[in-house]
This record gives sequence, structure tokens and C-alpha cells, in this order.
Amino acid sequence: MAPEMRRRFAFVYGPVAMCLDCACGLVVQAPSAGRREVAIGQRLLQHNARLAHVNRQRFAAAGVVAVNLLSSPGSGKTALLESLAHQPTGPAAALVGDLATDHDARRLRQAGLAAVALTTGQACHLDAAMVARGLDALEAGGVPLASLALLLIENVGNLVCPAAYDLGEARRLVLLAVGEGEDKPLKYPALFQSADVVAISKLDLAAPADFQRERAIANIAAVAPQAVVVEFSARTGEGVASLLAQLAPLP
Amino acid sequence: MHELALMETVAAMAAEAAFRHGAQAVTGIRLRVGSLAGVEADALHFAAAVVLAEGVSAGAWLQIEVVPARAWCAPCARLFAVEPGAWGCPRCGVAGGELRQGRELELAALELRIDAGDAAGVHGTGDAP
Repeated sequence: MAPEMRRRFAFVYGPVAMCLDCACGLVVQAPSAGRREVAIGQRLLQHNARLAHVNRQRFAAAGVVAVNLLSSPGSGKTALLESLAHQPTGPAAALVGDLATDHDARRLRQAGLAAVALTTGQACHLDAAMVARGLDALEAGGVPLASLALLLIENVGNLVCPAAYDLGEARRLVLLAVGEGEDKPLKYPALFQSADVVAISKLDLAAPADFQRERAIANIAAVAPQAVVVEFSARTGEGVASLLAQLAPLP
Repeated sequence: MHELALMETVAAMAAEAAFRHGAQAVTGIRLRVGSLAGVEADALHFAAAVVLAEGVSAGAWLQIEVVPARAWCAPCARLFAVEPGAWGCPRCGVAGGELRQGRELELAALELRIDAGDAAGVHGTGDAP
């Protein structure tokens, strides 16, 4: 940078200097020579946290309960959403995270549920910005948020990365399918620990999968004692209504 | 699996802080990572080797403090260490408790190199945006 572009500073008090050359109002600490450790204390995900806060305000203003739906791949997230189309939940819609296709969103629209695909590319999780874009797309497609009672946000199938990303949701719903292994909550404690509701899915397969119900529930309670545990089968419809009752309305 | 993106965020935050402090280089980076933050310290170091290859933080050391998960037991009014498979208060045996630490993902501190005699030029020099 040319020397004439270098701004001058006046030391106004102690080691603090103010820029004299423009109206930028910049105040800097006068640097001392050498190496110096400076405390920063900033969250790496603070940008996401800010956007999540905006989403949360948007949901609150519209009076819609937003649910972050998390599980490993193939645990029945999309089947649960399909079954929502036939439940008396009030108007519901879904944002569907998917790495490379919009298959899930199309599947849901065929079932009669308003759905927008959030194609994440190689990303391993949804973030608040993707959700905000999805909300815009939903509204642009003729589904105002204020017309909905429930919005399900289907996260990328992954039990690690999505745990750290607040989307602005009111509720976190984590699925554990029978046959996935009753010790999954112990293996992925960070995700289960963040759940408001843990739902055991594919209950119709419990017998063939030799599902150890008591062990699974004890493991969930050990890691996520705050979570409400419900059991359901999207195929038979058993338990879906009581799961929905746990999601909405807000207390 | 998103450690690379996180390190890119760290590099951007470090560059901004270097600019604000009139530093010529970032020579060290200290992160605080909770044991339940969903990221691996090893993977962050691996990502740092790529992300910190150039720019104002080129060659900076990286130190990661892993913050152990601790939860609050209300009946005992004390913090206890949360271990996978042992999430109860060791004193009273009540399961769970409110998680008070362990989800941190934070740029704690930077070591900056600030050359003498450059104090009057901090605002308009360097590689800052």
C-alpha cells in the first residue's frame, strides 16, 4: 500500500489510538513490538448462532413449531414425514436436507406434504443459512410460514456433525431405529444429549430385529435424561400421534 | 467431518483480529474445543496444515485445549465429569444433569507478531480486506 494511504493515529488515552485521517472512527490498541498473546474468546459458530436466532424469531412470529429431525441414514426420517401428511397435526411442511438429490422432497410432495429440498452438496450437516434459504423457497412456492402449525427440518443423516449447528428450531427430535443397536446413544452421546425427544422408529420390526427395548431406553436415559422417549412405526402408524403430541404445541 | 470449514473460519477470524491489532502475522492460535462439540482435535490439526499454509497465519502453531464435559447435579449442587457410558452424578447416582461445559468451539487466543515502529500505520497496511 502506498505511504500516502497510511493513516495516522493520535494516542488519546493510555495505549488506545484513534484514526485522524478519515471518519472511520476506528480505535486501535497501540501495538507493542514483539510477540504478544491476545485473548479473543469468540465462538467459531457465532455467525451460525446469529442466523439461527433470526430463524427462531421468524418461527416465533409465524407461530410455527420448528423441529430439527436428526438420525443416522436410513432410520426412517422421511417415512415419518410421509406419515405426517395423514395426521391431524394442522398444516405441516418439511425442509429436507439431502446430499445430492431431491428424491426425499419429491417423495414427500407425492405423499401430500409441502416440501423443499435443501441440497447440501458434500456438507455433512444443515446450517442456519441453508434453513433460511429453504424458508424463502417454501414461501416463494406459495406456503407462507404463518399458514403452518409444524415445520419439520430433516437434517443430513449423520449422528456427529449436525449436533453442533443450531438451526433456530424449537425442538430437537432424534430417531433411533430398532436394529440400529441399543448402544447407539452411548456411542454418539453428543447428539443424543442435545435431544428434546428421542423416538424409537420402525417399531413394527422390533421382533425380527430382536430389539432389546429396556436396554435401549436405559441407554437413552443415561445419556439424555432430559429427553422424552416415544416409540412409533411410520408403517403401521402406531405411536405417530403421541410422537406429534410431544412436538407441538409449545409449552 | 467439517473440521476443514471450521479451520477456514479460524483463519478468517485470525486475519481480522491481526488487522484490528495492527499485527504483521499471526504466530499462534489457541482453540478451546469441548469433548461433546462433535469435532476431533486430530482432524483440526490436519485441516490446519492445509488452511494455515499461507496468508497472515502462515506457519502459526496451533494448540487445542479439549474442554471436558461437565454437568450440574442439582440435588448435590456440584459439577461432575461426564464420561461416555457414565452420565450420572457419581455422588448421588442421579442420571444426567444439565450440561454446563463440553460443547465449546472457541477461538480462545492468538499470538500476534507486532513489529516495532509500525504503530502509526496499523490501519492502512497489511493484507487486511
